[in-house]
Amino acid sequence: MPIELKMPALSPTMEEGTLAKWLVKEGDTISAGDIMAEIETDKATMEFEAVDEGVLAKILVPEGTDEVAVGTVIAMLAEEGEEAGDIEAPAETPKEEQPVPEAASTEQDAKDGDSSAKPKENDTPASLSVEPEVPEGTEMEKLTVREALRDAMAEEMRADDRVFVMGEEVAEYQGAYKVTQGLLDEFGAKRVIDTPITEYGFAGVGTGAAMGGLRPIVEFMTFNFAMQAIDHIINSAGKTNYMSGGQMRCPIVFRGPNGAASRVAAQHSQNYGPWYASVPGLVVIAPFSAADCKGLLKSAIRSTDPVVFLENELLYGQSFDVPKMDDFTVPIGKAKTVRSGDDVTIVSYSIGVGYALQAAEKLAGEGIEADVIDLRTLRPLDKAAVLESLSRTNRMVVVEEGWPTCSISSEITAICMEEGFDDLDAPVTRVTNEDVPMPYAANLEKLALIDADKIVGAVKKVCYR
Amino acid sequence: MAKAPAPKKAAPRRKPAASKSATPATPERERPAEPKRWEADKDELLEYYRQMLLIRRFEEKAGQLYGLGLIGGFCHLYIGQEAVAIGLQSALDGDLDSVITGYRDHGHMLAYGLDPKEIMAELTGRAAGNAGGKGGSMHMFSVEKRFYGGHGIVGAQVSLGTGLAFAHKYREDGGLCLAYFGDGAANQGQVYESFNMASLWKLPIIFVIENNQYAMGTSVNRSSAEEQMFKRGESFRIPGLQVNGMDVLDVRGAAEVAIEWVRGGKGPIILELKTYRYRGHSMSDPAKYRSREEVQSVREKSDPIEGIKKDLDKAGVSEDELKAIDKEIKGVVGEAADFAESSPEPEPEELYTDVLVEQY
Repeated sequence: MPIELKMPALSPTMEEGTLAKWLVKEGDTISAGDIMAEIETDKATMEFEAVDEGVLAKILVPEGTDEVAVGTVIAMLAEEGEEAGDIEAPAETPKEEQPVPEAASTEQDAKDGDSSAKPKENDTPASLSVEPEVPEGTEMEKLTVREALRDAMAEEMRADDRVFVMGEEVAEYQGAYKVTQGLLDEFGAKRVIDTPITEYGFAGVGTGAAMGGLRPIVEFMTFNFAMQAIDHIINSAGKTNYMSGGQMRCPIVFRGPNGAASRVAAQHSQNYGPWYASVPGLVVIAPFSAADCKGLLKSAIRSTDPVVFLENELLYGQSFDVPKMDDFTVPIGKAKTVRSGDDVTIVSYSIGVGYALQAAEKLAGEGIEADVIDLRTLRPLDKAAVLESLSRTNRMVVVEEGWPTCSISSEITAICMEEGFDDLDAPVTRVTNEDVPMPYAANLEKLALIDADKIVGAVKKVCYR
Repeated sequence: MAKAPAPKKAAPRRKPAASKSATPATPERERPAEPKRWEADKDELLEYYRQMLLIRRFEEKAGQLYGLGLIGGFCHLYIGQEAVAIGLQSALDGDLDSVITGYRDHGHMLAYGLDPKEIMAELTGRAAGNAGGKGGSMHMFSVEKRFYGGHGIVGAQVSLGTGLAFAHKYREDGGLCLAYFGDGAANQGQVYESFNMASLWKLPIIFVIENNQYAMGTSVNRSSAEEQMFKRGESFRIPGLQVNGMDVLDVRGAAEVAIEWVRGGKGPIILELKTYRYRGHSMSDPAKYRSREEVQSVREKSDPIEGIKKDLDKAGVSEDELKAIDKEIKGVVGEAADFAESSPEPEPEELYTDVLVEQY
């Protein structure tokens, strides 16, 4: 039997990639360990090694092909005794054999502009790309969240010499998730600094540098690792201004991916939004769209206060319209209505906004028009926006990709009860992840996470439908 | 259990033990010069005396006010350790260099020339305090004097100080950071994370270990596998010097060597100051972990203020001159205490100020 060589998944969130180069040709004898091809993901270029021995019978995907789905058969290997010339390509490549959780398949890293492969992007309502912060007629460009974040840092670094970025793999590796790609080339090793794996230490170094007058951006490879550093975020950065009676500033941005990624299990999948948002002295931002990522990160870097900036790995590859402006910023502390409706309010932030919008589209088909509010900033929380919407719709569902207990959604619920009680026609209802550590198994992970259908169900409940 | 306090063991003028005990694995590394006891003239000696006495009398008064309930919470006194802050501070460039320490910080604030009235008012939690009464004993700051606090989490100031040093290097301003921490903090993991980065990036920082022999109630030999703290940087290629922290002139001499090393672009250096606190860890510490005799013995044999009197005598300073200084200091401290007792508490609105700098 000939061996099918398939497009490998080179990261937990990779769905497709570019077959950049074949390093072997048909007829070559292959030994295990030989490097056969170079494959580009949106994060890196990887070498594809042979694991079997034989003769390369057929190359089915020529080099330079983009958007090759994981699992596609890219070549056939003839085993010993087989005649390479007799090998036939398989009739049709089975593309999606393994169950992929909803979150992964709809939200995963996608290359810029490949909207055809991303039904969700086509579903994105028009209101998403309308930025109230932007003058009428502003030209838009499609950018991924990843590019938008990089551009925000680059623009602020150009504008202010005090701004620098430090973290694990931010410089020569170009970022573990490629968010800092290209910064080393433009700004040099003085301002784009690779640290040892030493979160507690470099969070303290960054905080001290901010106290000393610089404007550090500290990247955590993920916020899971910031647990090692949380003392400096809260006790050093968050409290200094108050403890010093307003003398000592700490203008620092702690940023990195937060929330569940895909199939990385309990220690690498959690949402720290509620943790940091509970601390007075910190600003906490968790945006959804690329435009908000860019505009808010620029505002965060300029802020005199310490900012925790929570990104989402699953959104890094998603494309959005971003205003083409010399200096586009989004104000901190302001929520945004990303879809208008009068029947129910759905409040969310970060990746939850995407699910909320999907749910809103489904609900519209059933005659329920949802007002969808993206909080964007978790602290200070834009209570006024939440209560204003509630006063019109009288019903609210809060959506959070995170645990329910002591969460942003429980905070919103309390606010609505304390300050919007008379506006409520139904109890505020929450759609959150299950109250368990994240499991690895695909089916269990899917069960643990929020999705659009769960939101649809909750909305119908508060609408008594 | 060693009863003898370390200042007796810490022979100040012995050859730096790092070079003495250097193993063949690290023979060729450049080492700092051997520190010499500082030769101070009469005016300088008088200034050291005055400043150390100010700390001593101020802290004694703080202890009294604590007993009267005027100072609350935690209050860590610097009595016995005065020579460390004064000896090091005198060698710094006040316009350039930055300083950071832990929660035993009143002495350092005084050493950096801050108004005793403001410090005492902070201790009593009054609006006129250095931080408007919001920081208290453990959290004192003066950004103007480049004194960056005042940090309550043991060891945090070491990585924060490394960040201050990073800022000096980034701005190329020629300054250095002096980061003080105790023998207790020296066992925290982030200290070694900071050592690694400071050495890797050749940051201008002096890591000052104030080894007062006890981390709260746990003596160094009960908590540290390597008691010779100045050796703790060897794995990071950071040289260390062990210094008699009970002699202000020894401290000053060592500061000169350390500053020359750091300003010379050679990266960080560790100074281990062997010192002793006469009082408990904080006001609520009954100090049952050591004997009264041990404390008494240090006071009699190694007290930094009594010690400098011998140098003052040699320099021809009379008893009367010293008495005049004593009187002056007593006045300053009394005035600070009166001020701190009588000045008003912060306005209730202050509860909500300074949480964030900007409006969102």
